[in-house]
Amino acid sequence: MSATTINAPAVALPPTSTFIQRFCRNRTAMVAAIILLAIVLIAVFAPYIAPHDPARSSLRAILKPPSAMYWFGSDDLGRDVASRLIFASRLSLVASLQAVAIALVIGMPLGLIAGYVGGWVDTIISRCNDALMSFPALILAVVIVGLMGPSLTNAMTAIGLVYAPRIMRVVRGSTLSVREEVYVRAARATGCSDTRIILRHVLPNVTGPLVVQATVLMGQALLAEAGLSFLGLGTQPPEASWGAMLGTAFPYMAESPVPTIAAGVVISVTVLCFNLIGDGIRDSVGRMRRSGD
Amino acid sequence: MESDTPLLEVRDLSVQFPSPHGWLTVVDKVSFNVGRNDIVCVVGESGSGKSVTMQAAVGLVQPKGGRIKSGSVRFDGQELVGMGNRQLNRIRGDAIGFIFQEPMSSLNPAYTVGEQIAEVVRRHRGLSRADAWKRAVEALDRVHIASAASRAAEYPHQFSGGMRQRVMIAMSIACDPKLLIADEPTTALDVTIQARILELLRELQRDSGMSVLFITHDLGVVADIARHVVVMYGAQVVESADVDNLFGAPRHPYTSGLLGAMPQVALERGHDPIAIPGTVAQAHSWPSGCRFNPRCIYREEGTCTTTAIPLEPIGGGLVRCARAAELQSTLGRAMVTA
Amino acid sequence: MSNKPCLRVENLHVSYDVGSTGFLGKRRKLHAVNDVSLEIGAGETLGLVGESGSGKSTAGLAILRLIDVASGTVRLGETDVAGATRSELRALRRRMQMVFQDPYSSLNPSMTIAQLLEEPLIIHADIPKDERKAMIGRMLESVGLHAGYAARYPHEFSGGQRQRIAIARAMMLHPELVVLDEPVSALDVSTQSQIMNLLKKIQGDSGTAFLLVAHDLSVVRLMSPRVAVMYLGEIVETGPSGRVYDQPAHPYTAALISAVPFPDPERQRRVNRIILGGDLPSPMSPPSGCRFRTRCPFVMDICSKEAPPKVAVEGGGLASCHLHAHGPKLGGRSLNDFIRDKQIVSAA
Repeated sequence: MSATTINAPAVALPPTSTFIQRFCRNRTAMVAAIILLAIVLIAVFAPYIAPHDPARSSLRAILKPPSAMYWFGSDDLGRDVASRLIFASRLSLVASLQAVAIALVIGMPLGLIAGYVGGWVDTIISRCNDALMSFPALILAVVIVGLMGPSLTNAMTAIGLVYAPRIMRVVRGSTLSVREEVYVRAARATGCSDTRIILRHVLPNVTGPLVVQATVLMGQALLAEAGLSFLGLGTQPPEASWGAMLGTAFPYMAESPVPTIAAGVVISVTVLCFNLIGDGIRDSVGRMRRSGD
Repeated sequence: MESDTPLLEVRDLSVQFPSPHGWLTVVDKVSFNVGRNDIVCVVGESGSGKSVTMQAAVGLVQPKGGRIKSGSVRFDGQELVGMGNRQLNRIRGDAIGFIFQEPMSSLNPAYTVGEQIAEVVRRHRGLSRADAWKRAVEALDRVHIASAASRAAEYPHQFSGGMRQRVMIAMSIACDPKLLIADEPTTALDVTIQARILELLRELQRDSGMSVLFITHDLGVVADIARHVVVMYGAQVVESADVDNLFGAPRHPYTSGLLGAMPQVALERGHDPIAIPGTVAQAHSWPSGCRFNPRCIYREEGTCTTTAIPLEPIGGGLVRCARAAELQSTLGRAMVTA
Repeated sequence: MSNKPCLRVENLHVSYDVGSTGFLGKRRKLHAVNDVSLEIGAGETLGLVGESGSGKSTAGLAILRLIDVASGTVRLGETDVAGATRSELRALRRRMQMVFQDPYSSLNPSMTIAQLLEEPLIIHADIPKDERKAMIGRMLESVGLHAGYAARYPHEFSGGQRQRIAIARAMMLHPELVVLDEPVSALDVSTQSQIMNLLKKIQGDSGTAFLLVAHDLSVVRLMSPRVAVMYLGEIVETGPSGRVYDQPAHPYTAALISAVPFPDPERQRRVNRIILGGDLPSPMSPPSGCRFRTRCPFVMDICSKEAPPKVAVEGGGLASCHLHAHGPKLGGRSLNDFIRDKQIVSAA
């Protein structure tokens, strides 16, 4: 038999655990994901779940303690706190999503360009970035809201702007290392344009760290929204977000602590979930390693 | 006290690593000896289990998540399997020296090479700083690093790749080990540098009488340095013989196939290299029967594919092939120089 | 070389800017490739051999303009590659491709095999989608893989299979030239020969010229009829690979051949091996005269004074070494007899 190539037999391909499999094995992250999913479902189906109309106030039920009727008591205008928390989840989640989306839209392209092009382009983008990041985030947001006027959309746009440099930094860092990969050089050898290399070869390989950062930022944005709304710079009455509820309930903390605590716990749990999921993703993303001996 | 027992005696060693599909056996009942004043090569491709065998023998698989399922490793009369880490640490780097493939990752860039070698000597021998330093310089001198005294005060990055490997060797022999384990020590080096490192190892072995356990994938290197050879495939030993017997008359189709696939051998025989078809067997899907059977041109349905094949003595060596006796003349004839 | 050249490289120089040495030091240039000229005929293979630091891979990259050329000409057919503009170059890539050493890092892990093979077609050719799919299937089968593997990701394959995929990707557009940068050295021995045989078969079918960059002379001997040996950025010997392999005319070539251990213990004990002393000198300050003189076991006085002339060698090719005109005055004969007489000898 002469030495011709023999067709590779249909070997069973090696089993590599997928990202999902690895994430599912991470128990903490799974629990966090399930809790977050529950919160999202509650937000989506709020009208069917909430026991009361969140906007209807009853003069006979001002600052009531928790009861079968009012699970977490009622607020200073006689509204059901539980129902308001359920409805507020919509605003809080959408607001965080909005902030992170803005951060991604601004930060991702800048990060890709800075990392891929390098040179003076990188220097300029990175220096501006450093300057922005050396500013306390919330203060910067307060200034921006101050200029644009208080509203939830403005507040979250401000948060998004403030978070864009963090996204940019993560994307730039990953791009710098991906740029040196042999497959990027191989793409250039094939004749890919720079745009194509960035979109098809670099971007998909920086999404891992990017998703981690975005998830953690979701939690941060939720907190920032709460902070701004608490200060009256975010959600405006009669709308309710968790932060705004915390703000309105806080002055009555002495007479009726439950609404404050409930809002605080909901915020903390959600932020914690985002952080734990972020950790879980980071641990599961790791490149499939080759099976050496 | 020198006894008749081999220096290193590995018996039925099995090692497992966790995977999404349960524990995978990556070393399967491996047995071999390293005698005193001997050079043994373990040869195999990636995934053969050759490196894990070595790591398991000296207690280095547990930190990586693996476990020793069964078996025993006796070094100089002491059982190493199950020995505490503290005791193992006393042996590793002292009576057993190591050299790895990538010298740069085994040297600390923040310390001079002299300090690093002296540190090993101090830890194991409790010498004073000055004596340990002297010992380090001696060690560098033994591996033929010119003007060792001044170079000992230099940092690893000031050495070239081949020189770094010499430094690693100096560190591993500084305590006069009885056994030197070298895991692919020349794979990352250029061939002209490799030739000198092999020459050096041979010389050090001859002068000190230590034993060397050499792990490699290159049959050329094996022929150059080994006295005894253990061939691994699919986590098992498939053949074990003296170096002259192994190359003169390989008894396992895998060994002869590896030789036939080597470009130099093909050139000598005047034809294209004969590829071994297919891909290397993997731990998650060992073929039934002989693990090499899907790639073997001498495969016989039934004989080779149903029951596990034992490792059996033949012509002074050991071979794991159901057809070893009948193939003896066929495989022998295929050799270059017979 | 029979027919019109596919690739002609003349006086190629490549240099890198290396950071200043020491505080406020002067910026220095590292000459990685120095005055390299070579020619490959259509459908032919030329082997470029050397060790790390020889500049062989750099030369391969510069020929494809994947790194900048300092000076010299590179012509692919009638087209100037060295002087091509960015857009000309992208169009040229259709005609010249590359296969990299490590198939683990040269395939984008986030793309399927189909996407990887499709990309060159999308960039360079206007082919309808279903036809592209058929081409991918045919190409996969011609490199010995099932067409059904197209939907899988690179990490599901072994090293040898990945290298087949990389070869398929390079061959998708039937290029005139493929630079193979150590295509088998990262693979298991049993797989190496599969890939070598595959490359030969593909070349037979497609008539593509190969520039095979490798460190192993025996691989080059098997794959290509002609070879050029590089040391420290320069070509030191060229010729038909049979002649170079069996009768080297440059001491470096002889050392390179004898350093590769042969899988026969008896022969290993018997043969006279040239063991090179010293280390590769820094390419920032190469030795005067002959660049190999610091490690050459046969070094003479003249070697440090004059650069060696290119001498025509019996049996074909050129060697740049003073031994042919001075000392033993080999006059183009092989070094073999000379080495046997000398009883070499390791220079420590």
